[in-house]
Amino acid sequence: MSFPYLSTIIFLPVIGAIIIALLPGANPRRMKLTAAVFTAVSFVLSLVVFFTFDRGLAGPQFVERASWIPSINVQYLMGVDGLSLPLMVLTTLLGLVAVFVSWNINLRVKEYFAWLLLLETGILGVFCSLDLILFFIFWEVELIPMYMLISIWGSGRKEYSALKFVLYTLVGSAMMLTGILLLYFQAGTFDMVVLAGMGLDSVLTSLMASAIFFLIFIGYAVKLPVFPFHTWLPDAHTDAPTAVSVILAGVLLKMGGYGMIRVLLGIFPGTARDYAPIIVALAVIGVLYGAAATLRQTDLKRLIAYSSVSHMGFVLLGIFALSQVSVTGAVLQMVSHGLITGLLFAMVGLVYEKTHERSIPKLGGLARQMPVIVVVFSVAGFAALGLPSTSGFAAEFLVFLGSFSSTMVAGIQVYTILAILGVVLGAGYILWMLKRVFYGPPKEQYDGVPDADRREKIYTFALVALIMLIGIYPAVLTDIIKTGVAPLLAALGL
Amino acid sequence: MNLYLLAPEISLCALAVVVILLDLFVGRKWIVGAVSIAGLVVPAVFSVLLWGSNQTAFGGALVIDQFAVFFKLLFVAIAALVLLSSTDYARRFDAFRGEYYALLLLATTGMMLLASTRELISIYVALELTGISLYVLAGFLKDSKSSEAGLKYLLLGAVASAVLLYGIALVFGLTGTTDLGEIATAISAGGIMRSPALLMGIVLLVAGFGFKIAAVPFQMWVPDVYEGAPTPVTAYLSVASKAAGFAVILRVFYEALGPASVDWSTIFAVLAAITMTVGNVVAIAQHNIKRMLGYSSIAQAGYLMVGLAAVTSTGSSAVVFFLGCYALTNLGAFIAIIAISDKIDSDEIADYSGMIRRAPMLALALALCLISLTGIPPTAGFMAKIYIFSAGVNSGLLWLVIIAVINSVISAVYYLRVVKVIFLGKPVSEERVSSPRSLQTALSLACLGVLLLGVYPWLLLRVAETAASVLPTLVP
Repeated sequence: MSFPYLSTIIFLPVIGAIIIALLPGANPRRMKLTAAVFTAVSFVLSLVVFFTFDRGLAGPQFVERASWIPSINVQYLMGVDGLSLPLMVLTTLLGLVAVFVSWNINLRVKEYFAWLLLLETGILGVFCSLDLILFFIFWEVELIPMYMLISIWGSGRKEYSALKFVLYTLVGSAMMLTGILLLYFQAGTFDMVVLAGMGLDSVLTSLMASAIFFLIFIGYAVKLPVFPFHTWLPDAHTDAPTAVSVILAGVLLKMGGYGMIRVLLGIFPGTARDYAPIIVALAVIGVLYGAAATLRQTDLKRLIAYSSVSHMGFVLLGIFALSQVSVTGAVLQMVSHGLITGLLFAMVGLVYEKTHERSIPKLGGLARQMPVIVVVFSVAGFAALGLPSTSGFAAEFLVFLGSFSSTMVAGIQVYTILAILGVVLGAGYILWMLKRVFYGPPKEQYDGVPDADRREKIYTFALVALIMLIGIYPAVLTDIIKTGVAPLLAALGL
Repeated sequence: MNLYLLAPEISLCALAVVVILLDLFVGRKWIVGAVSIAGLVVPAVFSVLLWGSNQTAFGGALVIDQFAVFFKLLFVAIAALVLLSSTDYARRFDAFRGEYYALLLLATTGMMLLASTRELISIYVALELTGISLYVLAGFLKDSKSSEAGLKYLLLGAVASAVLLYGIALVFGLTGTTDLGEIATAISAGGIMRSPALLMGIVLLVAGFGFKIAAVPFQMWVPDVYEGAPTPVTAYLSVASKAAGFAVILRVFYEALGPASVDWSTIFAVLAAITMTVGNVVAIAQHNIKRMLGYSSIAQAGYLMVGLAAVTSTGSSAVVFFLGCYALTNLGAFIAIIAISDKIDSDEIADYSGMIRRAPMLALALALCLISLTGIPPTAGFMAKIYIFSAGVNSGLLWLVIIAVINSVISAVYYLRVVKVIFLGKPVSEERVSSPRSLQTALSLACLGVLLLGVYPWLLLRVAETAASVLPTLVP
């Protein structure tokens, strides 16, 4: 058996967390370095997996299988395919970035990094699991670290936001668990790959298939989030500490999208086609409502948070438009949004750290005082609104092209056009925000605020480079994504 | 008459007597505690030796099968953990320390008998032995709250026993026998299945046993008794008494009332739904941690009853597995509370504020056990819930499982509130909270079990399935 890459990548952060928790003394620098080392090694290993992944093969690779709970047929089953590989690399990357973003934490440093690394393990496990119960376990593992991170190191109404996040997610997960158990007793296995090949749509009654579909859908709908289950998002994103917002917006939301493609499209393609019109409608509402709400925000962080609702609407549209190109675009949008919004939240964190101000009316004209931050923030903003040569454009273009030409959903062209309006609104709020915060006459109270230091420049430039790379040459990702998505959509006859 | 089959109970009784005598003669009281804990090895060894031997004695009244041996070992383990953690707390009992240990051991004896008997009158006698020991233990602190707890428990327990006896009498009257197996034959043969008297008997039995497991609407004693009793006794009550109650319910309902399973499975399903909801919703309003855990244990009884309502073999093994996991988790939580409340002299949740600074290991252990009670992985509580919910889904009780998962979410509100107070709150004072070695050992064992079962559940699952396989299969 070859080296278990996936298990190592997944469990290295939690081992790091335990080591940090057990480290004697209270030297913050040592803890931060330990965290950085463990996340860096995970990231490097995930890159190894990424580059040695065979793009010609369909089906999961780097599979690790062991029998775990035989009496209910649960296995320890890990594997990545074209769908989960980019998301896994995104997670390890943003995990490393989050450690760097948190470098200036000085309150209860030990616990902070322990929870942060435990969180990373949970998310990595979700993307790599191929067994439904294992998937669910990792899905739940991230709850407590998120609760702790938001309620201890957050700001504003942190305890309220943390509890809201946990309760919302728990309700969604509760429904998902019921659906998963129902599925097991109809199909006899928890193995996602086997389930996808079973053609359950034709075997189960339409009532049973719809019931399972909706129970599991609610779990993912809370996570993505889908309008109207999105109300936890602005609070949680705004009140979380910067690094947690980066991970929350960058990767946690993608667990929902990933689950929808892997479980709902993979196992119930026919049911997905039946309900696609409703879900696509919800997606478009999410895009437009999210964008409209974003225009009204006066808190910089809350603005970026609401924009996530809008961008995730594009993901949902791409998934349930049910065409190869649109689902590929949705996955690319997930990765791209992870990078872009991760960068945006990191920048908001930097602006707040330097100026101690997040309220847009109070900020202004910062381009004179912090040029580097302004340039990076502007690039991130342009990527968010979908400027060509950024990954945002590549992703959104694929989604719109794919959904416009989709043959699976009636009237989807109308929905696509409405969603494109969301891009216009997006341009509105991004450009307006940039103008109000950075451009315009400088204000004296910000004279002498520091610009980004070397560490901050490193991770922000790296993210910008990646966004540009994917924007100019999206094939670096879409080739891999296609190999993963094609088998899942094959059942729809595509 | 093979007395060797009774060896665990006899040795435990003898141990209780030895402890009382030792207390009379020995000046250094820690010896009494040490002897009682060390002495538990003897019944444990006897129980292990009895594993695998399927025998009956006393005309079928006593039966030694895997089910009985599993529960014997479970009760001994619970008693060991409780005794280990209460050696320091026992200083509050002044001159009555020996009696405290002895009564706990006698209660354990009663419970061991309860799991090993197949005959209704023996069940009643064993129930009384356990009950009387526990009534006294509840009032052991002799302050007003404890005395109220003891008296309440006694009175309500007496009523429940009377109701139970009435149910036993009705069943005996209908079937002419008190042996569980013969009752089942009589019910399926004699055409009395639809008789209202049998239904009445079932209802009364459910009521009598329901008191023991704290099911709604027989749960009124729980909050006051849990709050007033000495904390180790509360711990013992919440875990062992509940396990014993479910063990005897599994025996009686599967072996004796099996043919009438359609009737009582519906009763248990409805009771389960009501119990969970009442337990979880009222727990949210509590500010005393022992009372809150009392309501939480009512809710956990609700989850367990889901397994009862699923009248399959998966259901019964799920109940047994859940009992094992629940025992470890709840004991862990209570042991941490014993340590903390003893030192800060308060049971209010608000006084636990910032405990992570004052007693990091204790606070982490308490948080872990609360997270396990909520059912968040990777803990034993999560595995137990998955197993019992899957048993529920498998037997067509989808509505009940949906109510149960929603209840798990509701329970997160009050469990996580305590976790929040521990981690986020400002400490009331900066004093460190220390705890004796014996308690730390007990707590580590419990937490280790919680984490281990969360990752390797088949360690206990295999044993639980073997134990439950003894019960007759009602629905294939």
